[in-house]
Amino acid sequence: MLSPQEWSIVALSLKVGGAAVLATLPLAFALAWALARYRFPGRVLLDGLVHLPLVLPPVVTGWLLLLAFGPAGPLGRWLADAFGVTLMFRWTGAALAAAIMALPLMVRAMRLSIEGIDRRLEGAARTLGAGRWHAFRTVSLPLALPGVLAALVLGFARSIGEFGATITFVSNIPGETRTLPLAIYSALQVPGAEAMATRLALLSVALSLAALILSEALVRRTHGERARHGD
Amino acid sequence: MANGRAMAIEIDVEKRLGGRVIAARFAAGPGLTALFGPSGAGKTSILNMVAGLLRPDRGHIRIGDRTLFGEGVDLPPEARRIGYVFQDGRLFPHRRVRANLTYGHALADPGDRWMSLDEATAFLGIGPLLDRWPRSLSGGEAQRVAIGRALLAGPEILLMDEPLSSLDAARRGDIMTVIERIRDELKLPILYVSHDRTEVDRLATAVVPIGE
Repeated sequence: MLSPQEWSIVALSLKVGGAAVLATLPLAFALAWALARYRFPGRVLLDGLVHLPLVLPPVVTGWLLLLAFGPAGPLGRWLADAFGVTLMFRWTGAALAAAIMALPLMVRAMRLSIEGIDRRLEGAARTLGAGRWHAFRTVSLPLALPGVLAALVLGFARSIGEFGATITFVSNIPGETRTLPLAIYSALQVPGAEAMATRLALLSVALSLAALILSEALVRRTHGERARHGD
Repeated sequence: MANGRAMAIEIDVEKRLGGRVIAARFAAGPGLTALFGPSGAGKTSILNMVAGLLRPDRGHIRIGDRTLFGEGVDLPPEARRIGYVFQDGRLFPHRRVRANLTYGHALADPGDRWMSLDEATAFLGIGPLLDRWPRSLSGGEAQRVAIGRALLAGPEILLMDEPLSSLDAARRGDIMTVIERIRDELKLPILYVSHDRTEVDRLATAVVPIGE
């Protein structure tokens, strides 16, 4: 059905998407927790910054990444000097671009499910002898789990669909940064590659739709819990 | 058996909450001490202060020779050894009945436990419920499990916040019998919040009026 070349495109996309969401998950959870639970100065600004990639033209995000992580950028130079790592034109750079684009969706999904937790259950756990951390691990985290899974699925779907920021930041290099959308774009530029473009596009549709349905089911489960247990 | 010796509970707390002041000052001995008063008089807030879920602005809370709050002490809820049965049961929805019951038991210092899971399930008649999920329980069943969960953590006193309010008349009678047996057989001191005269008349050893 797919040629070896197309399979390698799919494999690269899955690698980029997987790395992006797994690396972002702890940060996204911390942000979701802070935004759901705490009132602090700068909260509105933080909320705005987290959501910025959702509304900013992706090409701007890509360009900002280029400025920050390029060879002359402050973060790029620091990574190169300290760890000998460069992200530009690498699949890791594509993962970074995808992660930034996925972050708002991941934070939103987890925040909803954290806000749905009945906090009085944590109080009950405390009176039963659980310290803060134990109550978090045994009560809050398991109850937030559907949201965490939804965030992973949704973030992953967003990551493998990332185009604008990726092509701006890490270009379109076969085998390194040419993920599904970039490959489709390239195929459309070449006469006679329409069949390949169609196959990859259908694959994209299938992957995205499956992810959406799965994450919707998970989020619905969280809200069901909430409705059943009051508040 | 909960406690051989009679344990004096001394409470003197004050808290400003949403523009009004909740204050209470009383001593409670063995048996069931009812905090009796109209809804909205701050009775639940007083229990929450005793449990460590709400911080008083001033005052002190002592159980026997242990100071839970005051004189620079403010023990966190998990260090207070206070069992709390909430109005709505508040069982953990993601754990089966058995895992709800053993939650505090597993965390308690072995020397502080005074009841085993078998004893608690027999005492409360909840053996058949052990593998059920909380959402499948009736109000009366959930309240029994909530009581068992609190007892199994090895508390020195038990707080009960209107534990009958969500139950129908028949279940109320059942749970009142359970509460009497906790009072008389287990000899566990109980602070009991209610706005219902008949409950208080039947259960209370002493009554502390709260509010006007």
